[in-house]
Amino acid sequence: MRAITNTRLFDPASGLDEIGAIVFNDEGIIACGSDIRPPSDASIIDGTGLVTTPGLVDMQVFIGEPGEEYRETLATASQAAAAGGVTTMIMMPDTQPVIDDAALVDYISRRARGTALVNVHPMAGITKGLNGEMMNEFGLLHEAGAVAFTDGSRSVMNARIMQKAMSYAANFNALIMHHAIDTNLVGDGVMNEGELAIRLGLSGIAVIAETIMIERDIRLVEATGARYHVAQISSRESIDIIRQAKDKGLPVTCGVSANHLMLNQNDVENYRTFAKLMPPLRTEEDRQALIEAIADGTIDVIVSGHNPQGEDAKRRPFGEAEFGSIGVETLLAAGLTLHHEIEVPLTRLIAAMSTTPAKLLGLSAGALTIGHPADLALIDIDAPWIVDADNLHSRSRNAAIEGRKVQGKVMKTIVSGKIVCENND
Amino acid sequence: MTGTSELSAFEGFLSRHLIGIQGLSPLEINYLLNLADDYVELNRRADKKNDILRGRTQINLFFESSTRTQSSFELAGKRLGADVMNMNLSTSSINKGETLVDTAVTLNAMNPDLLVVRHGSSGAVSLLSQKVSCAVLNAGDGSHEHPTQALLDALTIRRAKGKLQGLRVAICGDIVHSRVARSNILLLQAMGATVNLVGPRTMLPKSFEGLGVHCFHDMQSGLEGCDIVMMLRIQNERMDSAYIPSLREYFHLYGLDYEKLKFAKQDALVMHPGPMNRGVEIDSILADDPEKSLIAEQVEMGVAVRMAVLEALAKNLPNGSENGGTA
Repeated sequence: MRAITNTRLFDPASGLDEIGAIVFNDEGIIACGSDIRPPSDASIIDGTGLVTTPGLVDMQVFIGEPGEEYRETLATASQAAAAGGVTTMIMMPDTQPVIDDAALVDYISRRARGTALVNVHPMAGITKGLNGEMMNEFGLLHEAGAVAFTDGSRSVMNARIMQKAMSYAANFNALIMHHAIDTNLVGDGVMNEGELAIRLGLSGIAVIAETIMIERDIRLVEATGARYHVAQISSRESIDIIRQAKDKGLPVTCGVSANHLMLNQNDVENYRTFAKLMPPLRTEEDRQALIEAIADGTIDVIVSGHNPQGEDAKRRPFGEAEFGSIGVETLLAAGLTLHHEIEVPLTRLIAAMSTTPAKLLGLSAGALTIGHPADLALIDIDAPWIVDADNLHSRSRNAAIEGRKVQGKVMKTIVSGKIVCENND
Repeated sequence: MTGTSELSAFEGFLSRHLIGIQGLSPLEINYLLNLADDYVELNRRADKKNDILRGRTQINLFFESSTRTQSSFELAGKRLGADVMNMNLSTSSINKGETLVDTAVTLNAMNPDLLVVRHGSSGAVSLLSQKVSCAVLNAGDGSHEHPTQALLDALTIRRAKGKLQGLRVAICGDIVHSRVARSNILLLQAMGATVNLVGPRTMLPKSFEGLGVHCFHDMQSGLEGCDIVMMLRIQNERMDSAYIPSLREYFHLYGLDYEKLKFAKQDALVMHPGPMNRGVEIDSILADDPEKSLIAEQVEMGVAVRMAVLEALAKNLPNGSENGGTA
């Protein structure tokens, strides 16, 4: 039995924010609150000056296992996650082979239990082979442990297929998570459309590529009643569309990547391929709007969008380089930096990185609830540091926020009652 | 520029590479144009050679094939006495495993002095320049820049009109895909000329207005008051990707013929970076009309400008004449 004492207990799920203690063992959280006195046989972690929150649930993590282990394995991704206070990774299905079969879901889950420091839940494809043509076996996949359905970084372009998938998914109340962008409109685009793209001679990706797909999908949600989540939005216009859908009471939610909250399109100046992301980084006005939408709750989830890429994939001319950035280890620090710099309420940030994704995915996580597994992050929320990919745990080093000052450091990460990462700085 | 010998230390070309017009000062541009002007005279003599680049190795590294530009650079290097090697690596033939950076590192180990690079991706030449110790000259990167084209266009205009300052130049056609347009916009603006862009909206998106140019979508208003009309090449694949419906419609609306040229100033002159699609972007007879067309002159200026740039870059090499070397 363990206990963290004299800590600021912070739980967006219950609204708890007070100094106290939390007692837990391998089975789960036993007690939590200001009036809790840990039993004498508990091993005590002194939480003085530190905040204890539910461990983070990162809802969009690409892992190279199986098939591209040189990018990332379940083990290395989980070390990065543990170092960043992420206790649950939701894994994207675009591995090799792709996760579109119950046996693979089972394999990933077992493999993760054997090699990963944190919880890993795979998502499975909406369509077979993630090719947008034939619907997957949602029932079997769900039973095998797939927590949601997504075609990863591919869009389901055929509206009829998406309609059927949503309709069928509604049978299971399953969550459809979509990379909502119109592939035809993206074309050969590699960055935000506009004057900067013109100056750099790069093909642009218009905001409408995103908004048209989200609007289509929302019509399909109206028709089918499916629970629908946009994996990442990038623009002010998308926020307005999501807000309207929510006002209508539709089961629509959305996410944003921490990189899109920290960076804007100017970060691709000088053809900096580490800032080549999908969806692309947009303007500073878009970034400000995204931060406001986190604060007001229109955006539900902040993800890392963790997408490890080998050096060869990024050290190329901008147009030829792969999209994506690592980020699972810096997710919390990026979020907390917004709290410090722009005063986004802490409760909104922690909810967006833990409570809300857990709720959307039906996980016993994201809350300091008695009986839940003790997945916790013990955080020094003020500690400043500089992102240096050489010191991160991911197997790949393509950090879009490389060199950025951030504030907020994880001191201990606890998964199922066990300390999986300790920072002794 | 004349009578300022005390200031001559501040003139000249200061950069290690020529990646783009972006970042060049009007002084540097003028320096290169003046130098090129001298080479025009040299190139018209029977003995066209000097030995400024004697002992130097120049590699022309073309990832996109281009007979014209490559021969122009080859001739320029040879007339200056350099050893010139041509490498054609059209993208399809590159070994899949070898990245641009690998190629750069490999070539660098052969100790070239001047690397002339054309590549299909914007920013590729800049990336390559970070990995080599020689001088890198951009011979066109994607839709980004083609600085020697802009310099040769400027020299052509300056010799025809006596100046650049105060002129109005129309650039017409597939602007969005054109590195020639981008480099020309930057150079002409830096030298005090006004730029009109003309093209269908698919090829001339609104965002160009942010560059301080005037955008038009019909030839009549776009050419009004122009001293120079510069036509761009149309690539056949633009129809497949829905930029224009057909070549005949394009020629009808935007192809330059005597009729449309009347919209410009009476003494307006016509330019084209080549290779031309006769009857697509420009009327064949107009293109060959010595009274109106500067197209042949552009090719001649190309060699002179490239000689000037090669000389300027060689001077700035760590072992160059400006740095105590023996070359």
